[in-house]
Amino acid sequence: MSTEAAQVHEEDHGHHHKETFVTKYIFSQDHKMISKQYLITGLFMGIIGIAMSLLFRLQLAWPEQPFGIFEVLLGKWAPDGVMDPNVYLALVTIHGTIMVFFVLTAGLSGTFSNLLIPLQIGARDMASGLLNMISYWMFFVSSVVMVISLFVEAGPAAAGWTIYPPLSALPQAQPGSGTGMTLWLVSMAIFIASSLLGSLNYIVTVINLRTKGMSMTRLPLTIWAFFVTAIIGVVSFPVLLSAALLLIMDRSFGTSFFLSDIFIQGEVLHYQGGSPVLYEHLFWFLGHPEVYIVLLPALGITSEIIATNARKPIFGYRAMVASILAIAFLSTIVWGHHMFISGMNPFLGSVFTFTTLLIAIPSAVKAFNYITTLWKGNLQLNPAMLFSIGLVSTFITGGLTGIILGDSTLDINVHDTYFVVAHFHLVMGISALYGLFAGVYHWFPKMFGRMMNKNLGYLHFWVTAVCAYGVFFPMHFIGMAGLPRRYYTNTAFPYFDDLADINVLITVFALVAGAAQLVFLYNFIHSMFYGKEAEMNPWKSNTLEWTAPVEHMHGNWPGEIPHVHRWAYDYSKPGFEEDFIPQHIPLKEGEEELQH
Amino acid sequence: MNVLLIFSVLVLIAIALWQITKIFELSQEKKVSTQVANDKDNDLNGKLMFAFLIFIYVLTLYSFWAYSDVLLPEAASEHGGDYDQLMWISFALIFFVQTVTQALLHYFSYKYRGEKGKKALFYADNDKLEMIWTIIPVITLAGLILYGLYTWTDIMTVEENDEALVVELYAQQFNWKARYAGNDGVLGDANVRFLQDFDGKNLVGIDATDPNGFDDVVVQELHLPVGREVIFKMRSQDVLHSAYMPHFRAQMNCVPGMITEFAFTPKTTTEEMRLNPEMIAKVKKINKIRSEKSKELVASGDTALDPYEFDYLLLCNKICGASHYNMQMKIIVESEKEYEKWIAEQQTFAEVIQ
Repeated sequence: MSTEAAQVHEEDHGHHHKETFVTKYIFSQDHKMISKQYLITGLFMGIIGIAMSLLFRLQLAWPEQPFGIFEVLLGKWAPDGVMDPNVYLALVTIHGTIMVFFVLTAGLSGTFSNLLIPLQIGARDMASGLLNMISYWMFFVSSVVMVISLFVEAGPAAAGWTIYPPLSALPQAQPGSGTGMTLWLVSMAIFIASSLLGSLNYIVTVINLRTKGMSMTRLPLTIWAFFVTAIIGVVSFPVLLSAALLLIMDRSFGTSFFLSDIFIQGEVLHYQGGSPVLYEHLFWFLGHPEVYIVLLPALGITSEIIATNARKPIFGYRAMVASILAIAFLSTIVWGHHMFISGMNPFLGSVFTFTTLLIAIPSAVKAFNYITTLWKGNLQLNPAMLFSIGLVSTFITGGLTGIILGDSTLDINVHDTYFVVAHFHLVMGISALYGLFAGVYHWFPKMFGRMMNKNLGYLHFWVTAVCAYGVFFPMHFIGMAGLPRRYYTNTAFPYFDDLADINVLITVFALVAGAAQLVFLYNFIHSMFYGKEAEMNPWKSNTLEWTAPVEHMHGNWPGEIPHVHRWAYDYSKPGFEEDFIPQHIPLKEGEEELQH
Repeated sequence: MNVLLIFSVLVLIAIALWQITKIFELSQEKKVSTQVANDKDNDLNGKLMFAFLIFIYVLTLYSFWAYSDVLLPEAASEHGGDYDQLMWISFALIFFVQTVTQALLHYFSYKYRGEKGKKALFYADNDKLEMIWTIIPVITLAGLILYGLYTWTDIMTVEENDEALVVELYAQQFNWKARYAGNDGVLGDANVRFLQDFDGKNLVGIDATDPNGFDDVVVQELHLPVGREVIFKMRSQDVLHSAYMPHFRAQMNCVPGMITEFAFTPKTTTEEMRLNPEMIAKVKKINKIRSEKSKELVASGDTALDPYEFDYLLLCNKICGASHYNMQMKIIVESEKEYEKWIAEQQTFAEVIQ
């Protein structure tokens, strides 16, 4: 597809131009700077999210013990150092919201789609630098609003990250459903708008601004992943927005979309005819694709990092693309598996079980392809590679328990128990998070022109990996024992007293895991200023971003944009001395491009 | 004070790490680290990958050895046996896949750890292989789906019949009530707008103009006759709750504005379950923990805890507010005779509102 007509920049080469501090670092329209802004904001929110999880893990392991740290951080919400039950629910709610949306969606997609799409497809920048800048700043504003919601008098939203009404609709039902919930909804509305703007940019850029020779079938798998993720986002986020708007109307304008026949705090409310189940459908219509919006970029990043570090082509490129498309399509028709016992017609349960178990197939194909890529490779075990291998490991473990949960019958006894918590943390909280880490370690030289310290990277990986399994593997047993999630304490039912030891073990692993992330933070910040200066292509990778100069310039390349002559995975191709051939290197005499 | 101490320790550790890294780098030979993995790094991390596989296996085996006793005992309902069988088959399947794939992943990471001078194999695709590992999961999952759907349809199809006991489970912030249909087997109409009738004595909002409601019995303890199907009709007064009865493999959301239903047939009485060897061991373990706790309580001037005796659980399983973790109602499964005796002693709605 010709890209000549699509060139929008006046000068057809990269350049430096006079910038002020504000236009370079704050209101930048350069995709590379915007990607760093997303990363920093995402990491900052991640620190808050992890800190919250450590607080409620302390509460779960030692339920009746006062903690000094509670008094310091929670103030009036922890009288005499004992956590208040309402704030426990607020912590799990905001933890979930921050981690899913602010860290794993914006922090992952926002960072890497922005950094890599123009550089890997051979474009000067995103299709619209202005919209890109606006999308970041809207993300920033939504983060600020979410953080502000922590400080309102009655507390932040506390109805779970899923915020089902009527609990989330009625301030009388729970203090956090007052101003805290309003601010949550405002924050999320802005977040969704930001995400849509970003996604539109990514889609338009990938379709229109690929360099000469960069056909869709030569695209690196990162780009396929980011592109398809953006499409899923555009299809599903507006539905969450609609749910949020209808909820705002029920809360503030007396409508009855989700509410009917309610008696609370001594009075019969006026609402008639609505249903919470409608909300659940609208929420999960986004909610399920959302987890694939979280996961697909991580999988794309993994493909790239494993191929580069294995010095081998990613196995089964076509199957990998097909599975991304299959996962994307199927992800829009499985949402009801979150609602098997919601009271909806059981027939729907059958339909959703069928579609849900289907989605296991492309996921399995991807896992097998990653493993086969490692076979007979020459594995460069850089920290990024370790995290990518770790991602495959936890993706398999977590994905397999999805087969249990996706079966409507089995879901009857494990729905909303710790079995579910273990499952989604393994696939999202660990797998996708590993994707984020892998991406940071791998593209740090591209983002900051310096290398991260590899020994600290190894330390970070191994401690995290052991603790990740240590936290979430035993958790499956607590769930199978019948323990519900979102319980402030297990001590109300003596039946669960024998789970106390397991909870303590989980919390200890969680605390160590939290400490290990400090190693990463230290490495990240220190290397930004004092890391070894990077060369242009430190990982000897094939993709185009490594042909751009180390020092950033607007327009990415000083001269013409490289033209592409081959796919991204000519690693260890027979007949060549070097074990990699970048995409812009023309075919040599008699060489054939791999037909795939 | 503690916080300051911990914070200082963390800062000092960070500084120590920084200095150690610097010293280490300075102590290296002229060659400055490229921060890219070399043969030594690959060798070490490859071996650690294999060790990690062992860790995964050991963790799995340890968890089953240490934690099997917290798992639920044999199902106390008739469909529960089908549920458990499906669960075991599914688990066997996923454990097989887990064992094999984790082994391949970590073993390859070890076996093919990089060395300068080695060359990787240029192996980009194999359609036959892709076909095989697509078709096999398809067939396996299809089998699992069909089996699962058959069981699901069986459990979730509730046919109205004369033998079944119809009980309403009424959820509110933060307790449960149960309403029996009485001799006519029909629950009277009810709605929250009737709650304020009769000076608050109308606990679940029965519509007093519906004669079916007069013989309804509202209680705060659920008694179920063994061997008889019970059809639960769930209601909620305020927000979403969920009636979760894990021993019976039963769960259903309670939705305000809607009546949801779930049915099962209890097959083990409370007394019988108390005599189950697994349950005896579990109760013993719990009482040991409780007596240790009691020692602490008595030492600090509080009263000791009562010893624990097993009762079936009814748990709220949908986040519903501050006391979501403490919505209690006892479930007792007993013989038909004991059940009849008990229900005869309860007041009907007509008697309550007199």
